[in-house]
Amino acid sequence: MRDVAVIASAQRQERSIDNESEVEFMVPLMQQVKESVGLTQQDIGFTCSGSSDFIAGQAFSFVMTIDGTGPVPPISESHVEMDGAWALYEAWVKLQMGEVDTALIYGYSKSSPGSLRDVLATQMDPYYVAPLWPDAFAIEALAARQMLEAGKVDHQRLAEIASRARTHAATNPHAVRRTEKSVEDIMGEAPMADPLRPSDISAAADGGCVVILAAGDRARELSDRPAWIRGIDHRTDAHTLGVRDLTQSMSARIAGEKAGVGDDKVDFAELYAPFTTSEYVLTEALGLGDDVVINPSGGALGAHTMMASGLIRIAEAAERISRGDGDRAVAHAGSGPVLQQNLVCVLEGE
Amino acid sequence: MGSTGSKERAAVIGVGQTKYSSTRGDVSMAGLVREAAYRALEMAGRSWDDIDAVVIGKAPDFFEGVMMPEIYLAEALGCVGKPILRVHTAGSVGGSTALVATSLVQAGIHGTVLTLGFEKQSESNAMWALSLPSPFTTSINAGAGGYFSPIIRRYMEVTQAPELIGAMVALKDRQHALRNPYAHVQDPDLTFDKVVESPMLWDPIRFSETCPSSDGACALVLTNEAGGDAHDGPVAWVHGTAMRSEANNYGGRNVVSPQASEDCAADVFAQAGITNPRKEIDAVEMYVPFSWYEPMWLESLGFAEKGEGWKMVESGATHMDGGDLPVNCSGGVLSSNPIGASGMIRFAEAALQVMGEAGEHQVDGARRSFGHAYGGGAQYYAMWVVGADKP
Amino acid sequence: MGYNQDPSVPPAALSGAVSIPDALADLEPVRSVTTPLRMEYTATPGASLSKYLRAMKEKRIIGDVCPDTGMVFVPPRGVSPVSGKRTTETVDVADEGYIESFNITRIPIKGRDDLHPPYVSAWVVPDGSNTGSIALVAGDDLDLDDVRIGMRVKAVWKPDDELEESAANILHWEPTGEPDAEVPDMMRIGRPTDGGAQ
Repeated sequence: MRDVAVIASAQRQERSIDNESEVEFMVPLMQQVKESVGLTQQDIGFTCSGSSDFIAGQAFSFVMTIDGTGPVPPISESHVEMDGAWALYEAWVKLQMGEVDTALIYGYSKSSPGSLRDVLATQMDPYYVAPLWPDAFAIEALAARQMLEAGKVDHQRLAEIASRARTHAATNPHAVRRTEKSVEDIMGEAPMADPLRPSDISAAADGGCVVILAAGDRARELSDRPAWIRGIDHRTDAHTLGVRDLTQSMSARIAGEKAGVGDDKVDFAELYAPFTTSEYVLTEALGLGDDVVINPSGGALGAHTMMASGLIRIAEAAERISRGDGDRAVAHAGSGPVLQQNLVCVLEGE
Repeated sequence: MGSTGSKERAAVIGVGQTKYSSTRGDVSMAGLVREAAYRALEMAGRSWDDIDAVVIGKAPDFFEGVMMPEIYLAEALGCVGKPILRVHTAGSVGGSTALVATSLVQAGIHGTVLTLGFEKQSESNAMWALSLPSPFTTSINAGAGGYFSPIIRRYMEVTQAPELIGAMVALKDRQHALRNPYAHVQDPDLTFDKVVESPMLWDPIRFSETCPSSDGACALVLTNEAGGDAHDGPVAWVHGTAMRSEANNYGGRNVVSPQASEDCAADVFAQAGITNPRKEIDAVEMYVPFSWYEPMWLESLGFAEKGEGWKMVESGATHMDGGDLPVNCSGGVLSSNPIGASGMIRFAEAALQVMGEAGEHQVDGARRSFGHAYGGGAQYYAMWVVGADKP
Repeated sequence: MGYNQDPSVPPAALSGAVSIPDALADLEPVRSVTTPLRMEYTATPGASLSKYLRAMKEKRIIGDVCPDTGMVFVPPRGVSPVSGKRTTETVDVADEGYIESFNITRIPIKGRDDLHPPYVSAWVVPDGSNTGSIALVAGDDLDLDDVRIGMRVKAVWKPDDELEESAANILHWEPTGEPDAEVPDMMRIGRPTDGGAQ
């Protein structure tokens, strides 16, 4: 495989961005990232983005946002109706072909105009499940209940995950839930989607993330310490909840193995865990031990921007690698009910 | 560890389509995609176990009212434990989806990939999906026809093309469709006069010059060089692939022949070593949702000089019977239009031509063919060149 | 194996008969289910469009200026696609302009009782703008056969007491009767920057 690295990123997340359209808040991020490595859009070999029409409430919503790249003259470009992490995957594939050396990736959404947990119900099987409108919290609560009853986790453990995420998020200027909270206080919260408490559930945000990938010497030229992608893979589980063991993740385990998570020591991990229960399942599936710092950014529990949160995990991990905060990190993205789909990316310093 | 990367050859070894019709009420979405997927697997002589990854594309999720339907379709597409990617690039999506799948093979990530585009418009209300109210702008466009009609008018005025060129294309594509049992529109009684007399919808576009709205799916099985070499059956080798996008509204934009279209064509032909597309391409499958787009694309893509595209149409050059550059032998988008699959059908039909598998609509001895898709405000492009010989 | 030339022949894997338990044999099969979908969104126009809507209330049309090229975009979207930069400056453009090209819709549109076919939707480029957008061209004595590329038109506004922060303040555009505008380049839509914004 060709050596490809994350060389720059930028993100913005807020509880709600009311006074700017998607393209209006994405343009400064795109510009900032390109300028930080001295590239213009015309220097970039491939551009790929991730967004969702259902979240935007508008068909072909991505068509408005492409203007932000400055696609005049035309650019080589693609779009996935997935989290930006999969757009990064598509760009990484493109770079593997050796015809281009750089790629710009972005993912974004404003979920605040709608009711995200209800919008996500339209992801379910349209014939058997969606007519019941099970919202996203309720579906995760089914999984949480199974985990608790199987004795895999207890409330204490979930509250510890939530409390630690909040402590980390308090240090992250991009997080939107930045107040620390003790395990005891979290355990005292009234359940929201029983057995899940408010602190078990991610903090929805509007925003986006932009990343630049570069290959080989081009990456070394543009960055002092590129965060090299040593492995990247993604997998899906079955959709039908009844055929899955919701207390574990087969797809995350396979993706983790293929990406080589276990090949060497992991310093820290940025996991797309929209619920404390998802974090538990992911650390098990990826075999991350107690010595691994989980979600130093606070993760999705600190700020959850749909369609960008997975890409933000990669950006956060890469930035820490580039800063020298660690040498080897795992970044993860997920999608679908009870994280049906999972992407794992292993990043390393030089 | 190659430091510069390398590109594998890729080949199509399986094509599967469903019979296109306005309503496939006999199958669910899962049933529809499986029908195309199984046909492609069957032709390729492969099973689900041989498929390393699936790349799926479709137009806006609002068309079926299911958010990211690939999530629900994971089992139907044999993806459990495998990677699935979902592409959406407006109307060009069927083409770009096939290209993303091709790139997985070309990059050496996977050996064999299944790619599929679908639309089941009958399950929702496409007019509703396309006109979700935006409170900030006024919309008086009546669908895509209202958007493209002024551009067509512009082409007509620039080239001074005779008014009935569009009707010729419409009749030709429906005549071609009669030779393709999968085509939606099957009207053996259609005549030139009937096309001309059909109601004017978006003046200058007549009813018979527009595409239908269809349910349907199209799938391809793509494999790498070793897979293509070892394959005991017809193979279409990928000679070139390209995608381009541009903004849809800026001062001085050429809307008749957008720069992205010209750049994309130049790129894909250069990769295939083609300097004279009209001579070197044996069959063309281009995305023509409104008949006038055939002469427009002929010029934009380099098959005709500027201003000469309509003359090719008028001379019969693009007709299967006697034409030197048969265009849309399958009947094209004018005869079948499951939007999310429409681009992939172009790519698939191009492959069938060089595989010699196009049946009644086969161009004799086709060695190299061209597949094309576009979308948005004529701003997203995906193209490929496939050949009977290994590049 | 070759390509399946007969769509009525199902793929082998799907050709097996579907077996139905005896207990269900007499039941009428369910052919379809209808799931009503209702989602509510509180949309916001963004910074640039909201400026535009506020200007509309004052019977003014404003556009964005590209910081690099000076190109003027109407309606403003807050970004210049030619530079990929956020726009900060807006300018007033005229409520008169010309038709770049047009469509005549001759069929009724479902759910749009306000539009009476045949009607003209045209790319109208206001004077001072480099881009056009689609607008209704109408008028009591408008002769459809007379509508043409290059025709000069002006905005017809709602009565002053009905003005809102809305693009619908312009009821339609009507011919001015002036001599036709020269269309800069028939292949291209909108004035290129060097063609001057006037």
